[in-house]
Amino acid sequence: MALLKHSLPDGKYYGMLAEFPAPRELVHACEHVRDAGYKRWDAHSPFPIHGMPRAMGLKSSILPWVVLVFGLGGATSAMLLQWWTSSVDYPLVISGKPFFSWQAFVPITFELGVLGGAVAAVVGMLALNQLPMLFHPLFGSKRFEQVTDDGFFISIESWDPKFDLEATRNMLERLGATHVELISADSRVGAS
Amino acid sequence: MSDEKIARPLGHGSAGLKLSASQFSVPRGSLWARLPWIAGIVGLVGIAASAVVGWGTEQFYFSWLVSYLYFLSIALGGLFFVLVLFVTKAGWGVVVRRVAENVMSTLPLFAVLFIPIWLGRHELFHWTHEEAVATDAILQAKAPYLNDGFFLGRAVAYFAVWALLSWWFAAQSRRQDHSGDHAITHRLQLWSGPSIFLFAVTTSFAAFDWMMSLDPHWYSTMFGVYFFAGALVGMFAFQAIVFIGLERTGLLRNVVNTEHFHDMGKLLFAFTVFWAYIGFSQYFLIWYANIPEETIWFEHRMAGSWESVTLLLAVGHFLVPFFFLMPKTIKRNRGLLLAGAMWMLLMHLVDIFWCVMPVLHHHGVHLGLLDVTTFLGIGGLFISMFSWLLARHALIPVKDPRLPESLAFENM
Repeated sequence: MALLKHSLPDGKYYGMLAEFPAPRELVHACEHVRDAGYKRWDAHSPFPIHGMPRAMGLKSSILPWVVLVFGLGGATSAMLLQWWTSSVDYPLVISGKPFFSWQAFVPITFELGVLGGAVAAVVGMLALNQLPMLFHPLFGSKRFEQVTDDGFFISIESWDPKFDLEATRNMLERLGATHVELISADSRVGAS
Repeated sequence: MSDEKIARPLGHGSAGLKLSASQFSVPRGSLWARLPWIAGIVGLVGIAASAVVGWGTEQFYFSWLVSYLYFLSIALGGLFFVLVLFVTKAGWGVVVRRVAENVMSTLPLFAVLFIPIWLGRHELFHWTHEEAVATDAILQAKAPYLNDGFFLGRAVAYFAVWALLSWWFAAQSRRQDHSGDHAITHRLQLWSGPSIFLFAVTTSFAAFDWMMSLDPHWYSTMFGVYFFAGALVGMFAFQAIVFIGLERTGLLRNVVNTEHFHDMGKLLFAFTVFWAYIGFSQYFLIWYANIPEETIWFEHRMAGSWESVTLLLAVGHFLVPFFFLMPKTIKRNRGLLLAGAMWMLLMHLVDIFWCVMPVLHHHGVHLGLLDVTTFLGIGGLFISMFSWLLARHALIPVKDPRLPESLAFENM
């Protein structure tokens, strides 16, 4: 359970939260925040928005490689297990076929390959997102509750090298934010 | 068509996309406009050369059958892709649908090209020999299905279904280019479901009749699916090559973009996996049961140099492309996707060759002049008809109500 608070640098503010009226404005604003050179920031919306990874300048995830390694690992271990049990440790003649009948082992190999890849995808996704995370400073914002309904937000963390109380706020307002607020680093649910 | 504004994508930063006729119509005098003549001449010369070299020989008919099934499978793949775009109400694929419509519209050509197969049935199909059937209990039991009259009747029925479906879907879609009538989209979506059913039945039985019955003792209930899976690999590889070719000659720029190529690559990858899944399942069940009537088919394909071809298919039609086509970056890169598609198009030919030819050459691979001339002959006519249709109509369904959605499509 990663409690983000303990892994964050010291500071009075977690960062700045800006609300935008619609997905189009959010994507547009993200493109500008990206081009302005911010590194520690995120976008929040109730649903996935196509084109967002590019607008945010996100790099490819390493997750596919994790999935590949675990998928191949699952498949390899399944084949080895069947080879060892059926033709080394306890050889059995089954319908007159060779001890190492790879054809018969393919279904299990396939299944364990899929299982390894699928589990790695889910667990890896959670780990890369630092989930489950029971508390986040953004939860201190009352407005942010709308993010599961009709709210579109950009949050910029205060330890971003480009973060500046004045300049960042001005930029977000210029990009069409309807509301900009500072998020305290130690805010709790309900406090504002 | 005038320079009218027909699409403004929704969402994100890009300004409204303006399409002009020069993006989606083949210019006069261009290579695409000359292709019907060039390919047509190659086709006629190929067919004439095949007839001169080998008319009446077994080799002629078998080579003809391989080339015929190869290009027929691509055309059938086009029909399936159009139907599946409608049945799933897919938005992304509107810009790529017209090319598939032109691929499937070549299907009537294959009714004509079937004539040599009918004439050569005695050389191709053992079950047509009455004296062989008379002393063979299995063939006698199959005679109610495998007989000349019913065989021809079924072929006529397949061509009737394919011609009707491909003509109707393509004609309706082209009509919408002028009227923009939304009712056409609804009508095609409604009929695409029953049409897919008809497609599945006719394609499966065509594969049974023209490929599986070459070895009349042998049967595999999933053979139709195997042919279908390979056909779609061929179609998606062909489609990717056509779109890359169009883009390189300056057509459909910014219309069919990286997002659409990514999806075409995904389909090619998916059907490559599906082909392997079906191919292995067919082999696996026969291997397990170990019944001589069933294993003989694979026995022939493990004899002599055929074993190398079998291994080539396992590695080249599945293992290598599985890893090659998997990454996103490959599918989004034109050069690499083109390489993958050309390889798969070649592997699909090897697959058809591997299914048909061991019946004639039991002991090993035999490649001859007729394999080349029939390929050029049938392929030339196929490309000729396809490119003729390509130049006659807009390259995309210009007034499809979902065109803006397709133009603005993003994968991520």
